[in-house]
Amino acid sequence: MPLAKRIIPCLDIKDGQTVKGVNFVDLKTIGDPVELAARYAEEGADELVLLDIMATHEGRKTFAALVKRVAKELNIPFTVGGGISAPADVGLLLEAGADKVSVNSAAFRSPSLLSDLASLFGRQCIVLAVDVRLDEQGWQVYLNGGRMPTGKPCIDWVLEGVERGAGEVLLTSMSHDGTRDGFAIELTSQVSSAVNVPVIASGGAGNLQHFADVFQAGQADAALAASVFHSGEIPIQQLKTFLRNQSIHIR
Amino acid sequence: MTINEPSKNIAIIQYNAGNIRSVLFALERLGIQAMVTDSHEQIKEASHVIFPGVGEASSAMTYLKERGLDKLIISLRQPFLGICLGMQLMCKYSEEGDTRCLGIFDANVSLFKGEQKVPQMGWNTISNLKTSLFNGIDENSWQYFVHSYAADLGEHTIAITDYIVPFSAALHRDNFYGVQFHPEKSGEAGARILENFIQL
Repeated sequence: MPLAKRIIPCLDIKDGQTVKGVNFVDLKTIGDPVELAARYAEEGADELVLLDIMATHEGRKTFAALVKRVAKELNIPFTVGGGISAPADVGLLLEAGADKVSVNSAAFRSPSLLSDLASLFGRQCIVLAVDVRLDEQGWQVYLNGGRMPTGKPCIDWVLEGVERGAGEVLLTSMSHDGTRDGFAIELTSQVSSAVNVPVIASGGAGNLQHFADVFQAGQADAALAASVFHSGEIPIQQLKTFLRNQSIHIR
Repeated sequence: MTINEPSKNIAIIQYNAGNIRSVLFALERLGIQAMVTDSHEQIKEASHVIFPGVGEASSAMTYLKERGLDKLIISLRQPFLGICLGMQLMCKYSEEGDTRCLGIFDANVSLFKGEQKVPQMGWNTISNLKTSLFNGIDENSWQYFVHSYAADLGEHTIAITDYIVPFSAALHRDNFYGVQFHPEKSGEAGARILENFIQL
């Protein structure tokens, strides 16, 4: 049997609170991450992602304390990320009870970080987060929350990152994020068939069919969304029933 | 559900493999305070022993041997539960690092070979459930897996999962149990399996 396709709500965290904004601006507070995490687990989420969106050095300990509170409460796996740049950051978060950590800009700037993390902690807990945008040159990697173009094609960086030790890829289309017009289907399909590790599609979820599309045409192993879950527009149980009715393998 | 039995004295074996924290937290959610220890005395005196682990087989076996934990583990007679790498180390042999393991279960561990993605990372179902470890657990219930190596099927198999090939999702011999999945991360069904183990 293939694995169940995973539904992953994402919690953006700022100052210990869940927030939501479009393209990292106009942030609104949604509520307590621990309560929200527990609610999503109860509703059938397969996994969660918590992102420390400010990712300041001073905020690191506060975030780790929150990760520990979530780990105590949550009976499903969760990934944490945001500004991780050194093995010590990863050690702290795994010790706090996170199952996986995602690395983004720091890994791009210093790709050996991925191999170091994989050998220290095992590749199964190292997620490569890649933010990409479609421009004249095609799908290109962006850094710093999608603000800084790198000139590097998405597929090149994903292949290198997996080769170096990433055990999973969290692929966010900044061109789709916040639009609610659906995921980047072709891109996701291209990336998913190019690597032998799971790919989480992110950015653009607006309705139930978008999830079916990204699992079927997009060949995603998991789909991540935030606002459609936070707002209650897409209840997770309803989404899972919808996907099951389309013969998509769902827990 | 909360277990209120102060007589339960649970030891989690500390060694050079991660994932101990989430087992501790899962037990706390069941109302159980466990101790994390590599002390032979504390492990021997425990009512139940849990042997978790996410890591690499050969370095884990080397670590256990250096501390005499390999001989201690096979001598134990109280209920004993290996999780993930812990279960694999209880088998005869692992292809990972060409490692001779503890030999409790008559099973060999080998790398998944096939078209599908490796590691198997995510939710899969367990079936052909045997022993009271699975009391109250439905056939084909979902559990969370993260692994690249898997134990083959044999006389000690008490649960089967299919990913690329059918493999032992759980093994049992005498007082020894092992599960490939992570009950501490598998929602209500996982919590029930941990609870069943504590009730053994």
